[in-house]
Amino acid sequence: MIPMDTFLQQIVNGLVLGSIYALVALGYTMVYGIMGLINFAHGEVVMIGALTAVSVLQLLAGSALPAPLQALMACGVAALVCMAVGFLVERVAYRPLRHAPRLAPLITAIGVSIVLQHLAMLIWGRNYHTFPTLMSSTPHAIGGAGITDLQILIVVLAALVMGGLMLLVNRTRLGRAMRATSENTAIAGLMGVDINRIIALTFVIGSALGALAGIMVGANYGIAHYGMGSLLGLKAFTAAVLGGIGNLPGAMLGGVLLGVIESLGAGYIGDATGGFFGSNYQDVFAFFVLILVLVFRPSGLMGEKVAERA
Amino acid sequence: MTQVRPDNHSLLFTPLAHMNLPIRSLTLAVAAALALSACGKKEDAQTGSAGAVVKIGQASPLTGPQAHLGKDNENGVRLALEEANAKGVEVGGAKVKFELVSEDDQADPKQGTLVAQKLVDGKVAGVLGHLNSGTTIPASRIYSEAGLPQVSPSATNPKYTQQGFKTAFRVMANDVQQGKVLGSYAVNKLNAKAIAIIDDRSAYGQGLADEFQKAVEAAGGRIVAREFTNDKATDFTAILTKVKSKSPDLVFYGGMDSQAGPMARQIKALGVKAPMLFGDGGCTTEFSKLAGDAAEGNYCSLPGVPLEKMSGGTEFKARFKARFNVDIQLYAPYAYDAANVMIDAMKRANSTDPKRYLPLLGKTDFPGVTGRIVFDDKGDLMNGAITLYQSRGGQWQPLETVGGGDISPAAVAASLDKAADGGAKPVGAQGIAMENVKAVEQGTKGPGY
Repeated sequence: MIPMDTFLQQIVNGLVLGSIYALVALGYTMVYGIMGLINFAHGEVVMIGALTAVSVLQLLAGSALPAPLQALMACGVAALVCMAVGFLVERVAYRPLRHAPRLAPLITAIGVSIVLQHLAMLIWGRNYHTFPTLMSSTPHAIGGAGITDLQILIVVLAALVMGGLMLLVNRTRLGRAMRATSENTAIAGLMGVDINRIIALTFVIGSALGALAGIMVGANYGIAHYGMGSLLGLKAFTAAVLGGIGNLPGAMLGGVLLGVIESLGAGYIGDATGGFFGSNYQDVFAFFVLILVLVFRPSGLMGEKVAERA
Repeated sequence: MTQVRPDNHSLLFTPLAHMNLPIRSLTLAVAAALALSACGKKEDAQTGSAGAVVKIGQASPLTGPQAHLGKDNENGVRLALEEANAKGVEVGGAKVKFELVSEDDQADPKQGTLVAQKLVDGKVAGVLGHLNSGTTIPASRIYSEAGLPQVSPSATNPKYTQQGFKTAFRVMANDVQQGKVLGSYAVNKLNAKAIAIIDDRSAYGQGLADEFQKAVEAAGGRIVAREFTNDKATDFTAILTKVKSKSPDLVFYGGMDSQAGPMARQIKALGVKAPMLFGDGGCTTEFSKLAGDAAEGNYCSLPGVPLEKMSGGTEFKARFKARFNVDIQLYAPYAYDAANVMIDAMKRANSTDPKRYLPLLGKTDFPGVTGRIVFDDKGDLMNGAITLYQSRGGQWQPLETVGGGDISPAAVAASLDKAADGGAKPVGAQGIAMENVKAVEQGTKGPGY
């Protein structure tokens, strides 16, 4: 029999991990939705966010500022740096290739990812950086499962930010311009939408979300490292595909689902198969679900407009 | 090479991400080709003039999650070569200058074979590396076929020296020895009856965890959970939650500090009271940094005796810091010793030709900073000591050293004798290694314990 508290704990684990995946996945899905480009450099932007925050926090460590204010400043600086990086990447690497064959920007994206990673290695070094502890890590017991203040904050903050993004896209003038650009770039341009500005803004917003996600990863796991972005980016990209790439609620759903599937997979696959598969199949399990979803719903769980995209 | 598990990360590629594979390998191939052609030009000029520049290869992960450890090994080798150059080494009547050729194997078995071939083609006189067992084992075949001596500072998987390669040596106790010490220590000294084991599925982590499990079971302990992760992961909450549900007395992790640190944090956040136990991969200052408060009370083991207790150990630490302005991470003293052992063999053979000095490498008896280095007939370190540490006040404090007493003069004589027949090593011979383990076991029961 499965003990209830362990099950609950696994759901909590999955939700925390999933919230982070979802925030990163939004960056992939926004860019894809508008340009049809998979921005593989997004994982590196997340990493730069985390490392910038570490540097800011180390600078502030001696100061008398209260911890929440320090955290806020770290978030602010990291977001600004990432927004600048996102803007520059778009301007330098992607804009000149906007009318090139689709493979060209994809390869450029991989190149940008490698360049950013190694730049970060030169700036922050090869060592792991300890993310300063700003909140207590004593768990609260809720129905037998433990959850820390930080984890609660991560889930709530991620939900708030995602809600805000939905409002921005669906209720504002800027959001309407983004949706129009997504639907048809050329026509939107003819209708008076400043395409360059919208695409740049998309990168900037996605990068800010990425910075926040990076700080969450750093704070939750206590570490930041120049290589942390690639695996995280890959998982978040998977989450975006799972939910339906190009679709905002899809990315959120995909992220949370992937987190929960991974947790439950790692937690129960061994017992469920009588020890035949172990937790080393954790990732296989997550990707198996992805394959199943893609076989039956090629556009992802919430993906639409397959005919248009094809 | 079949005994090495493929790297886990290949499982993580998504259907779309496969596109970057051919591109990456293509760029790598091009880069490697360029580098090779560059090397080729240089060495042609050198092989002619005897005793000019001797190239020594070093391979370790210089990028990726273990880059800090890889750089540490490189620094250890660099220091040894620079000191030898400063002192001046004469081989064959002429002064030689050692030159370091450092390669990045990314801790990836595939990349490991690639750089091994590159070092062989670059005509290095010997190789110090690799860092990981997962890269060392496949690379050792390439060095063996090229007749190139290889001394690994830190590859501890027993398979490395069990393949019957005459060229394979290591200056660290292997995982059979370390696993035995850890297992009996956990059950007999820490009184852990129910033990959970996690490993990172690398040749090192899995190998050590398997040996640890055997030793625990032999000592009467019970394995309540066996979980897995990989050497790039940061989230372990799912497997740790499962471990928690089995209420273990002790959690063992076979893997490196980059995972061990966050794991110690997460296990504490989940409210597990059991301490953790690591092998050498977790026994670093980086671990203490990454785990923060959660480091306190955990245990680890490191082959060799504590640096502070070695003759010249503290001084070595200071020299290292003065040269590189960074602290020793983990294996730098072993890399330093490995390089010196190789230079020592070259001096005794009066030649830097691999064919000439390889037989004498097997007959090493060298006082290194990590201990006295004598190889058995397979290239394993004879009577390697293993020290257990506990984290107290944010630092690893040595608890006790197991084994590593004086090597019996007869064994040394046998070792120095054996290469007389050309250094032939019996394939898969267990004799000396098992004796070695017994010596360690006796050490655990000895009065000094």
